Amino acid sequence: MSSLRMKSLLLTVVLLIVFLGIWEMVVQPPERTEALTEYELLIGGADQEARVPPPSKVIELAIQEIGNPFYDAGPNDKGIGIQLGYSLYRVLTGFFLAFLIAIPIGFLIGMSPLMYQSLNPFIQVLRPISPLAWMPLALFVIKDSELSAIFVIFICSIWPMLANTAFGVAGVREDWLKVASTHELSPLRTAFTVILPAAAPTILTGMRISIGIAWLVIVAAEMLVGGTGIGYYVWNEWNNLDLTSVIFSIVMIGLVGMLLDLLLSSAIRLVEYKE
Amino acid sequence: MSNHFVHVQNLAKRYPIKGSNESTTIFENASFALEKGEFVCIIGHSGCGKSTILNALAGLDEASEGGVIMDGKEVDGPSLERGIVFQNYSLLPWLSVFQNIRFGVRARWPKWSKEKIADHCNKFINLVGLEGKGNLKPSELSGGMRQRVSIARAFATQPKLLLLDEPFGALDALTRGLIQEELLKIWSETQQTIFMITHDVDEAILLADKIMLMSNGPKARIAESVKVDIPRPRKRSTIVEDPGYYKIRNYLVDFLVNRSEELSGQSPEPNQYPVEINPAKTETAIEQSVA
Repeated sequence: MSSLRMKSLLLTVVLLIVFLGIWEMVVQPPERTEALTEYELLIGGADQEARVPPPSKVIELAIQEIGNPFYDAGPNDKGIGIQLGYSLYRVLTGFFLAFLIAIPIGFLIGMSPLMYQSLNPFIQVLRPISPLAWMPLALFVIKDSELSAIFVIFICSIWPMLANTAFGVAGVREDWLKVASTHELSPLRTAFTVILPAAAPTILTGMRISIGIAWLVIVAAEMLVGGTGIGYYVWNEWNNLDLTSVIFSIVMIGLVGMLLDLLLSSAIRLVEYKE
Repeated sequence: MSNHFVHVQNLAKRYPIKGSNESTTIFENASFALEKGEFVCIIGHSGCGKSTILNALAGLDEASEGGVIMDGKEVDGPSLERGIVFQNYSLLPWLSVFQNIRFGVRARWPKWSKEKIADHCNKFINLVGLEGKGNLKPSELSGGMRQRVSIARAFATQPKLLLLDEPFGALDALTRGLIQEELLKIWSETQQTIFMITHDVDEAILLADKIMLMSNGPKARIAESVKVDIPRPRKRSTIVEDPGYYKIRNYLVDFLVNRSEELSGQSPEPNQYPVEINPAKTETAIEQSVA
């Protein structure tokens, strides 16, 4: 088992090096056959054609940015840590609000066929709506771009949590509920001591899907809303034609997304049980 | 009013037939009594309604007609006074052995101190022979051990009536024998009233004071109540030497193989109790049954 891990780790590193090497070679400017003209020398030998920056440049920038993540030099120049912090704040706030609504309603839907039948049409219509489609309405009603972004995160992360909670609660084995009723547990105690632990892995899986979607959506939302955040940062650097920063922030988005997912998946492992 | 501990009166279960106003009667007018401290087994083929009767006793399932009175009160829902052991153990898989038993004890005595609850749980863990296994999860235990935990959970809450729904049906013969004797041991210590469903004739004779025989459904009936007066303590190894053992055994097998089918479809009169039989006291049990 451990030898398999070692091998896979080695292969990952090799693949990464090969990928970066090919990238580095492909984006090199072609060798000049003729000497630079005086004008070209004056503008620093700039290429006629814009090129994707090589990975060496990106790594250079990454070291510099990560070395000083929290500097703030005005609205257009903030450290990567600050930008990611804003995005995380919005994602976690929206996610937490969605959690507060989705879990109780999910319990209700899962425990009562009546509630399931009556709420299901709403859910089926609302769920497939792209969260960004809510943005104009949110901006109009809330009249605050910051809160609108949080609302968009809220609305996109509520559905997987709601669906999984309802599914997990409805799927609690009949036997376990019988155990609760033969022990004369009140409905509230049954919910907390039997249904919640039984459905916890399914509920947390829903939360894991939600946080993944929320992290996808925040980038697009911040591109629209502007001001701060990693999505705004990507778009701003694109406007600055600083592709090195764009690539760097893409990598950072991936890394943070991976961390969020790891967090939830380890939480799932805590509540998982084998039958 | 009678002074039986549990009194089942004219219980019936009917299921509506789809697309008509008719209904199928699984059984009707089932009446019988359980005395305090008695160990009663019920035997019958699948589908005769044994589990329905057990669920009605438990208060988990409402019968179509009739009722159950226990200790002078009508059974109108599940209660801690009636413990249940299910065939599939029904342990909560996210709790350890100790926590599963504590689940019951806490529900029963919410005001007990932590130490008292722990002591009580450990006593029952030891009683079923699971010393040192309190921290294991059910998934780490064999089927036999899981059923021991389930039995310990039921006994630990000290219900007045213990209902066992084919508790050993999923176990191999060796394990089953071991747990049967353990069950007898615990029962002799606690003297609870036990009502148990089984398919196993030998198991019923080993455990029960009284074996109720059910004919086949639909319109099944608890036809007879067979007295087992083999002296206790009984052991699997020595019980076969009792002169009455084979008489009882043959009588039960004959009932299950031949008579349960013949008696099918004959509902008893209201308030009619099952005929009491003691095959060990009769000359030849089979002849008696034919007469």
